[in-house]
Amino acid sequence: MQFGVFTIGDVTPDPSTGRAPTEHERIMSMMAIAEHAEQVGLEVFATGEHHNPPFVPSSPTTMLGYLAGRTQHIILSTSTTLITTNDPVKIAEDYAMLQHLAGGRVDLMMGRGNTGPVYPWFGKDIRQGIPLAIENYHLLRRLWREPVVDWKGEFRTPLRGYTSTPAPLDDTPPFVWHGSIRSPEIAEQAAFYGDGFFHNNIFWDKGHVGQMVEFYRQRFEHYGHGRADQAIVGLGGQVFMRHTSQDAVREFRPYFDNAPVYGHGPSLEEYMNLTPLTAGSPEQVIEKYLTYADVVGDYQRQLFLMDHAGMSLATVLEQIDILAEQVVPVLRAEFDARRPADVPSDPPTHASLVAQGPDSRYHLVRPATLPEDRATGAGSGTEAELTEAELTEENA
Amino acid sequence: MTRRLAVVSAGVGTPSSTRLLADRITDAVRSQVGARGEDVHVDVIEVRELAAALATMTTAGGLPIAEVERAQEIVRHADGVVAVTPVFSASYAGLFKMFWDTFDPDDLDSVPILIGATAGTPRHSLVLDHALRPLFTYFRMRVVPTGVFAATEDFGAGAGGDQLARRIGRAAVELAALMVATPDAVEGFVPTGRPDRGDGFDVTSITPFTRLLAGHDGD
Repeated sequence: MQFGVFTIGDVTPDPSTGRAPTEHERIMSMMAIAEHAEQVGLEVFATGEHHNPPFVPSSPTTMLGYLAGRTQHIILSTSTTLITTNDPVKIAEDYAMLQHLAGGRVDLMMGRGNTGPVYPWFGKDIRQGIPLAIENYHLLRRLWREPVVDWKGEFRTPLRGYTSTPAPLDDTPPFVWHGSIRSPEIAEQAAFYGDGFFHNNIFWDKGHVGQMVEFYRQRFEHYGHGRADQAIVGLGGQVFMRHTSQDAVREFRPYFDNAPVYGHGPSLEEYMNLTPLTAGSPEQVIEKYLTYADVVGDYQRQLFLMDHAGMSLATVLEQIDILAEQVVPVLRAEFDARRPADVPSDPPTHASLVAQGPDSRYHLVRPATLPEDRATGAGSGTEAELTEAELTEENA
Repeated sequence: MTRRLAVVSAGVGTPSSTRLLADRITDAVRSQVGARGEDVHVDVIEVRELAAALATMTTAGGLPIAEVERAQEIVRHADGVVAVTPVFSASYAGLFKMFWDTFDPDDLDSVPILIGATAGTPRHSLVLDHALRPLFTYFRMRVVPTGVFAATEDFGAGAGGDQLARRIGRAAVELAALMVATPDAVEGFVPTGRPDRGDGFDVTSITPFTRLLAGHDGD
């Protein structure tokens, strides 16, 4: 199982000093956090992508490229990459380049973005969010899997004889997650391609998180990628730890109350009750996060938001130490103990995908098969067969 | 067949004259549906009891809260709705609006609704038609023609009280007629009855991915 940190890159005044970091300080803090995460043995660092203050990470591959040169082991990822407003051709180029520089230590998470004005700033319409995510991602798959692409869609200028360079490292595209909180269409998309599904549940309640992940799992099996319990699932989390829960709550409350997104709204207690947010002792964090394997089944990636709401770099690094030393080893052992042997412990990595070989289904633009195909042995996965079978399914 | 009536009352005190009016309307609707040979099951939603949860939901990006979801389910599955609010500052109470703000427009399509309001003086009576009626028209609900406005003086004897009773009776007849109405056409030939309503998060009604991808695969 992979444990890591993810950041949304907000520039927020520290409520204990009233001082906000400069953009430069914040950016370098994020880099320090990623390097520290690697040093303490965490496996993933993911950055958000934003195009509006108070957030700074507008250029994730620049940041992750810097980190690729300064780290050895940690997987560099995103949370999320805006598949709606970015040009998929540029995503294909940028992340393939990053993959080469990082020696394959790259995956990425697709998200739509929910800040209304970002869409018109990039010439898009938020009401088209789902179709944009579907069309752009399918084009991205083709750019990473077909040597020459002829393409014509609704949202982007057509491509004739286009070859994306560089090609993915070892001709093996980075693994992709799809992040969504409440859109079943995105869970359906992740399942169709056999990609990972990440529920960023830090703003959401267990019941709905469980429903959405279960839906993804069922559709993952439906599309022939394995059993439902073998689907690749990731979750978010948010914690602040001190020796006692009273100390943790007292120190964290001003950060919660002034945070972007939920600050000045719900109470800390109410929010902790409804969401994964935990301000408490390491034991309380362990207890709370162990329950998530019951909520969503055995899962493969757990990311924690640690550097939110103006918290000082020193405190964040200290929190990451507590997480890595006192929480992650226990969670890892407990999750390992309960996971059946034939359920993957980790998401696919570059090495595991390369090891599957060039003829694996991972290299198909449309790797899905349907139960009918598989029953009749006709499931060679050609697009014509799939389309026909899908039409039958829809008419049934 | 039992008809389900959802009563949404947004009075802020206990007891409240808004609830008093809602109860009188409910009794009248119950009688009118009964007179048409059908039973009525009534669920009353006191929005006041959801106030803190609605504030949290509103400021936490729609974070679902169980008690609000239960109330939403009741309204979504109702055959008829009675919605009553006090008048504050020339419109419905903010609390009343916060509850309706948690719905999507598709959630309530074609649901019959009877609107009511209470205020200290009769001078606010047009709130029914300049504030409540447009709100529910936005949700494409079927707002019955008679709205029920009650000023404090209408709860007493005299002409005001008699007129209030008559208005309640007329509005209840209008709502009951819609609640027991049968679909307009034979199922299967043309679209009938209510359109599909939103049902919160329903994973069973998913569109298969090939249909989502149709026209977007670049070919």
